[in-house]
Amino acid sequence: MIQHQQPTPTPSHPPAIDVHGLTKSFAGKRVVDGLDLRVERGAIYGFLGPNGSGKTTSIRMLCGLLTADSGEGTCLGLDVRRQSAQIKAQVGYMTQKFTWWEDLTIEENLRFAARMHGIARAPRVIEGALERLGLAQRRRQLAGELSGGWKQRLALAACLLHQPKLLLLDEPTAGVDPKARRDFWAEIHALAREGLTVLVSTHYMDEAERCHRLAYINAGRLLAEGTPAQILARVGLSTFAIHGVPGAAVAELKALAGVEQVVPFGLRLHVSGTDSRVLADSVGAFGHRHQLTWEPVDATLEDAFIALMRGGHG
Amino acid sequence: MNRFSWRRLWAVLAKEFIQMRRDRLTFAMMVGIPVMQLCLFGYAINTDPKHLPTAVVAAESDEFTRRLLSAMTLSDYFELVAMPSRIDEGRALLRRGEVQFLLRVPPDFGRTLARGERPQLLVEIDATDPVASGNAIAALSALTDAALESELRGPLAALNPRPGAVEVLIQRRYNPEGLTAYNIVPGLMGVILTMTLIMMTGLAIARERERGTFENLLAMPVRPLEIMLGKLIPYILVAYIQVAVILLAARLLFEVPIIGSLALLLGCVFAFVIANLSVGLLFSTLAKNQMQAMQMTFFFFLPSILLSGFMFPFRGMPGWAQTIGEALPLTHFLRIVRGILLKANSAAEVWPNLWPLLLFTLVVVGLGAKRFRRTLD
Ligand SMILES: Nc1ncnc2c1ncn2[C@@H]1O[C@H](COP(=O)(O)OP(=O)(O)OP(=O)(O)O)[C@@H](O)[C@H]1O
Ligand SMILES: [Mg+2]
Repeated sequence: MIQHQQPTPTPSHPPAIDVHGLTKSFAGKRVVDGLDLRVERGAIYGFLGPNGSGKTTSIRMLCGLLTADSGEGTCLGLDVRRQSAQIKAQVGYMTQKFTWWEDLTIEENLRFAARMHGIARAPRVIEGALERLGLAQRRRQLAGELSGGWKQRLALAACLLHQPKLLLLDEPTAGVDPKARRDFWAEIHALAREGLTVLVSTHYMDEAERCHRLAYINAGRLLAEGTPAQILARVGLSTFAIHGVPGAAVAELKALAGVEQVVPFGLRLHVSGTDSRVLADSVGAFGHRHQLTWEPVDATLEDAFIALMRGGHG
Repeated sequence: MNRFSWRRLWAVLAKEFIQMRRDRLTFAMMVGIPVMQLCLFGYAINTDPKHLPTAVVAAESDEFTRRLLSAMTLSDYFELVAMPSRIDEGRALLRRGEVQFLLRVPPDFGRTLARGERPQLLVEIDATDPVASGNAIAALSALTDAALESELRGPLAALNPRPGAVEVLIQRRYNPEGLTAYNIVPGLMGVILTMTLIMMTGLAIARERERGTFENLLAMPVRPLEIMLGKLIPYILVAYIQVAVILLAARLLFEVPIIGSLALLLGCVFAFVIANLSVGLLFSTLAKNQMQAMQMTFFFFLPSILLSGFMFPFRGMPGWAQTIGEALPLTHFLRIVRGILLKANSAAEVWPNLWPLLLFTLVVVGLGAKRFRRTLD
C-alpha cells in the first residue's frame, strides 16, 4: 500500500470541510442520514460507498446545490447553508456525469467558465489550461465529440480554471483507461501538494488506497472513517488464500464457522472473517480434508468494505 | 459577488448565441414556421369559401327559375354542379358530400309568385361545417330578392315580394371586400410569436435540465436573473426577425395594408414578446424535461389559438370562453395588431389592450421567479 505524507491540522487553518449531521430526504426516503465529515486542508479524502449510498447527494449539499434538511457546518470556513454563493466561487465541482456543454467547443466551454468566475487575464489562463492538459490541438473540437477520457480532462481543466481551494470530484475516473487514471491521480497529488484540498468519490480500491483518509458510507450513514490502515484495523479482518479449491467444495467452505466472505482471485479463493482464530481453525481443517495449500494474506480494502456493507462492524 | 454582473450575463448570452447558431434545425424552424404558417393560413385556409357545389331540383324551367339560378352563379358563392330531376337524388348528392347546397324550386314557383303569394324556396345545407356556408346563406336571401325584383316589373310590379320599408345598407369597413387575409395575416403574427417563443424558452432551460448541464450552471457563482436574461434576450431578437418576415409577407404577398404607426406596432410587439417569454420561463421552471415543456406549450397554445379570436369570432363565443380569452395575451395582441395595421389606431387607442399584456407579464414573472430555484431540490 502506498502511504502518503498526511497533512496535519493547524489552528490557523480551519478544516476545508467540517459538517455535522447533514441529512437529506427525497420523497420521505432518507438518502443522507446524519453525516459528519471533517476534511483537513491539503488532504486527499476518499469518499466511498455502494451505488445509491448518497455520495453524490452529500457532495451536492457541500457546495450548495442541494439544501440539507438538517445539519450544519462549514466549507472553507463558510456556512454551507447561508453562504453557498461564496462557496461556489472557491470550489471546483466535477460532476459524476459529464455536464459541460456538448455543443460548445473545448475552448468555448473554458471561456464560459472563465467569464462566469470573472478570471483576470482569461485568454492566458485558458491557454495555460489547454497546454497543461494536452488539449491545445483539440481546442476547436466540440465537447460532445470527445471520448470519455478527454471529456474527463476537459471537465477537470474547467473546474480548476478559477484556482479553487477545494475540489469536489464525483467519480472522476469512471470509464477511464488505466494510464489516464494514473495520470489523473498524479495530477491530483500534485495539486494537493500545492495546498488544494480534494474530496473524491470512487468505486476503485486502488484509488481509495491513494487517498490520505477515507470515509465509507452506506445507506446515507457513515460506517467507517480514517486512513486506509486504520479502516483495515477497525474492521479487523483476517484473510486466507486457498489454492485450487474444487468447485464442488465452495459451498462447504462458505458454510464453515468463522467464514464470512469467499471471494475468487484467479485460481485462489480469499476467505475472510473477523474472528481470526475460528477462521484459521476452519480453513486448516478444510485444507487438510481436501489436500489443498493455503496461507494467510493481508486483507484488502475491498474485503473490508464488503464486510462493512454486510453490517455488524460499524 | 452577490450583485448582478453584466460580465456573467454576457457569458450566458455568448453561450446561448453560439448554441443557437449550432442548432441549425431550431434556427431553421424559427424562420421556417412563420413562412409555412403564412402560406397555410394565408393561401390555403379561407373562412369565406366561394364556388360551393350546389344541386338544384326544379320542377319547371320558367323565367323566374332561370333568373334565380343565374343570379346565384353570378354571386360566385354557388356553383351549379347538378340538376337532378328527383329530390332524393339530390339528397344522395348531399349525403355523399358532393354538394354543399340542395335548392328545391317547387313545381308552381312562378305561378305562386305571379299570384302574389310568397312561394317557398327550400334550401338544404350540409351544415357539418357551419362556417363554410355562413356567408353563402347570407348572400342567398339577398340575391333572391334582387333577382326576382327585377323580374317583377311592369304589370307585375305590385307583386314585388314584401318591399322593405327601410332600406338597409351594409358597409364592410376596413376590409371592404371581406378578404380573409386581412384578418388572418396580422393575426398570424401573434400566433407564430406565441408558439415559437413559449416553446423555445421552455425548451432552452428544460434542455439544460435534461442534459444535466443545469447542475454545472448552478455550481457556478451565477445569479438566477443572469441566467434568465441570458436565456431570454436571444429570443427577443428571434421574435423581431419573425415579425419582419411576417410584415414583409403581409405587404408583398398578401397586400395587407399597413396604415398605422410601425414604431407603435414594434413597441407593442415588445410587450407581447415579454409576456410570452415569461410564460415560457414559467413552464421551464415546472418542466423536468423537454417533453414536458412541449406538452405545456401546447396546453397553453390551444386555448390561445381557439379563444383569442384568431380562429373564431371573439364576439360569437359564450361568456365563459370570452373570460378565458380576455386572460390570454394573444387576444389583446390580435386587437392591437389589427387595430394598428388596418385601422391606424393611436397609442391611446391601443392602451386598453396594452395594459392587460403588461399585467399578465407581471403576474407570470412573479410566479416564475418564485419557482426558479438556485438549487437542484
Ligand atoms: N433528485 C432526486 N430525487 C429523488 N431521489 C434522488 C434524487 N437524487 C438522488 N436520489 C436518490 O438518492 C439516493 C442516493 O443517490 P446518490 O446519487 O447520492 O448516490 P451515490 O452514492 O452517488 O450513487 P452512485 O455511486 O451510483 O453514484 C438514490 O437512491 C437516489 O435514487
Ligand atoms: Mg453518485
